[in-house]
Amino acid sequence: MPTVKLGLIVFLAVVTVVFSLLVAAYTHRMTLADWRPLPEPWLLWPNTAILILSSVGLQWARVAANRGRIDGVRVGLLAGGGFAFAFLAGQLLAWQQLAALGYFAATNPANAFFYLITALHGLHLLGGLVAWGRTTAKMWRGSEVAELRLSVELCAVYWHFLLLVWLVLFGLLLFT
Amino acid sequence: MAFFVPTEAEHVAPAEVADVELYHPKSWWTRYIFCQDAKVIAIQYAITAGAIGLVALVLSWLMRLQLGFPDSFSFIDPGDYLQFITMHGMIMVIYLLTALFLGGFGNYLIPLMVGARDMVFPYVNMLSYWVYLLAVLVLVASFFVPGGPTGAGWTLYPPQAILSGTPGAEWGIILMLVSLALFIVGFTMGGLNYVVTVLQARTRGMTLLRMPLTVWGIFVATILALLAFPALFVGAVMMLLDRILETSFFMPAIVEMGEQLNYAGGNPLLFQHLFWFFGHPEVYIVALPGFGIVSDLISTHARRNIFGYRMMVWAIVAIGALSFLVWAHHMYVSGMNPWFGFFFATTTLVIAVPTAIKVYNWVLTLWRGDIHLTLPMLFAIAFIVTFVNGGITGLFLGNPVVDVPLSDTMFVVAHFHMVMGVAPILVIFGAIYHWYPLVTGRMLNETLGKFHFWVTFLGAYLIYFPMHYLGFLGVPRRYFEMGETDFIPQSAQTLNEFITVVALIVGFAQLVFLFNLVWSAYKGRVSGRNPWRATTLEWQTPDFPPRHGNWGPTQPVVYRWAYDYSVPGADQDFLPQNLAPDQVTADNRHKDLPDGAVQPAE
Ligand code: HEM
Ligand SMILES: [Cu+2]
Repeated sequence: MPTVKLGLIVFLAVVTVVFSLLVAAYTHRMTLADWRPLPEPWLLWPNTAILILSSVGLQWARVAANRGRIDGVRVGLLAGGGFAFAFLAGQLLAWQQLAALGYFAATNPANAFFYLITALHGLHLLGGLVAWGRTTAKMWRGSEVAELRLSVELCAVYWHFLLLVWLVLFGLLLFT
Repeated sequence: MAFFVPTEAEHVAPAEVADVELYHPKSWWTRYIFCQDAKVIAIQYAITAGAIGLVALVLSWLMRLQLGFPDSFSFIDPGDYLQFITMHGMIMVIYLLTALFLGGFGNYLIPLMVGARDMVFPYVNMLSYWVYLLAVLVLVASFFVPGGPTGAGWTLYPPQAILSGTPGAEWGIILMLVSLALFIVGFTMGGLNYVVTVLQARTRGMTLLRMPLTVWGIFVATILALLAFPALFVGAVMMLLDRILETSFFMPAIVEMGEQLNYAGGNPLLFQHLFWFFGHPEVYIVALPGFGIVSDLISTHARRNIFGYRMMVWAIVAIGALSFLVWAHHMYVSGMNPWFGFFFATTTLVIAVPTAIKVYNWVLTLWRGDIHLTLPMLFAIAFIVTFVNGGITGLFLGNPVVDVPLSDTMFVVAHFHMVMGVAPILVIFGAIYHWYPLVTGRMLNETLGKFHFWVTFLGAYLIYFPMHYLGFLGVPRRYFEMGETDFIPQSAQTLNEFITVVALIVGFAQLVFLFNLVWSAYKGRVSGRNPWRATTLEWQTPDFPPRHGNWGPTQPVVYRWAYDYSVPGADQDFLPQNLAPDQVTADNRHKDLPDGAVQPAE
């Protein structure tokens, strides 16, 4: 296994612990008397779809890289990154909607958890976008597909992981 | 023991990886400051941790002065005292011990001991140090902000940690939480390196079960830290939000100074669970590297192979795993379902089993060994004794019935200082005396070292033994002064004075040690290569002390485990791990090895 890939896997294990603890704290805090579930903004649905598209884009790039097709890599990377930015913008909008309705972090623990969870998830995606940016820059400078393959693959894995985390968190928010 | 008779037939499983691409420092800045060589990063970590540790040491003097001679120091008020214990505890546990063991020893020893050229992600490794430094600076900044550092106790329990009655509630607590979060981010960067380097960058022949126990200890401790620190991270972030945005993750409804605060409904116990889910493994994060290092020190300095190597490895792994199942033994007095108490008491006792195995194996290694009472050996033995001591009082405290009356007394303070204060520090000293020649090419001064050892070792016992007794009397922990009580006799105060005097003397001995570190770097006796005649790879580098890239043109090939001391039939009492089987007895061995690669210094 490539060393960086193992590095990524270990890192994902750490991130998994972070989010699991958050979920554990959430499910515990939920049982206390003052918990008022907050109405999830509808925007989260399109955002989720956008995040899925983002993952698809990177998967596309990954497959193209394996087949040695640079144009596919380019399309996939740009689409994946673009959708990721759109997702982040959408999340910010969702925050705004909530705030406009008076759901501030301090008003109820459910709100506080919502902001905390989405913020942490967003920050992780932002970190991923740094790696994505470096890969894209490398592509722009005209690297061979073979040189890009690993970076693209790692981005795709990270993206799928964050998508999975998001689906779990979103499910948690929806059903509680 | 399958490995200690070297046979040619033994298969050498190659763990080959493509050479790490080495960066080449181009300027003074990239060579000494923004350096990516793990050895330089290790020194940076060690110096920073030592410097901040000195702050914690000075704080302990101030606390001891106050406890020994209450009413004599007008510049220490009760609030200051709380700030001192908090900063002292947090610095010692996290910023000194964790950083020094993993960032310091981990960085220096892992690549060398597994025969790698460097850590696998040198750039990230460098960042790790700079983020750590930033965390330390943020922590230090809290001494200078209005209100001073937090006085919440190193456990930072809410709600009191962020209420205005606690010193440092304005800024101190914020900086503390930010600093912790930074530390964790920085540590994660380093931790990825340590784990992946061990898994991927071992040289040919270095199977996992040939690694020195030092590497095993640091490796498993790093995994623990990677899994445990997130709990502290989550707790710190949530508390930060409670403090800044007035959310109520942990904060219940509270009336403070007649005023209803904006908090409601939160659960302080949730923080305690998060904190101790990190806090207990933390004990082993500083203990496991110590276990590993001690194993190597006694084996080398008693010229015996470590007894039960595989058992030692499994014990390290088992202790690591179990340490995630005992955290609530720190919460017996917080109130819990008796069945939980029973569960956690049981797991706590179970963890003693692998720990005891390690102790037996150390003793059996020493048994009939050719014990050289060198400084590293003295410190290693002192560690074993001290760890057993602290471990036994830990078994007492693991039982709720014993813990409840002793909780929050000086007995607890004595217990944890023995087991996670004194014991790890003793290993660190032993390790420094052992590896100093590797880093500097010179020996630390022996006389100063003996002085340092005896004063520290005996002093620690004079400080902490009486403290257990104070705990039995009921002297509470975290108290500025005892005041008038019926149940604590006047003699307790005399004892406190005594402890303070000894603590100051022990503190002075540490200054002597510091002097020794600096002085010997210039004036110490030149050690020659491999002065302890050790088998492990870090002593077998072509350049001594090792240079950037560690191994010159070719990485070493490993033929045996790390403990071939006094092997029957061999003509010297140690066989370096990279000594080829056909070289073991040949008379002309020294001739055809690269210049002095295994030549012991006389
Ligand atoms: C010369 C060595 C040391 C001396 C004299 C010393 C002294 C003290 C004193 C007087 C206290 C406060 C007791 C109280 O009133 O509750 C304390 C607390 C503490 N010390 Fe040390 N200490 C030393 C070394 C260490 C080391 C090496 C560690 C590393 C683990 C450590 C960890 C702690 C912790 C965690 C606390 C608890 C802080 C709290 O209650 O929040 N100490 N120490
Ligand atoms: Cu514990």
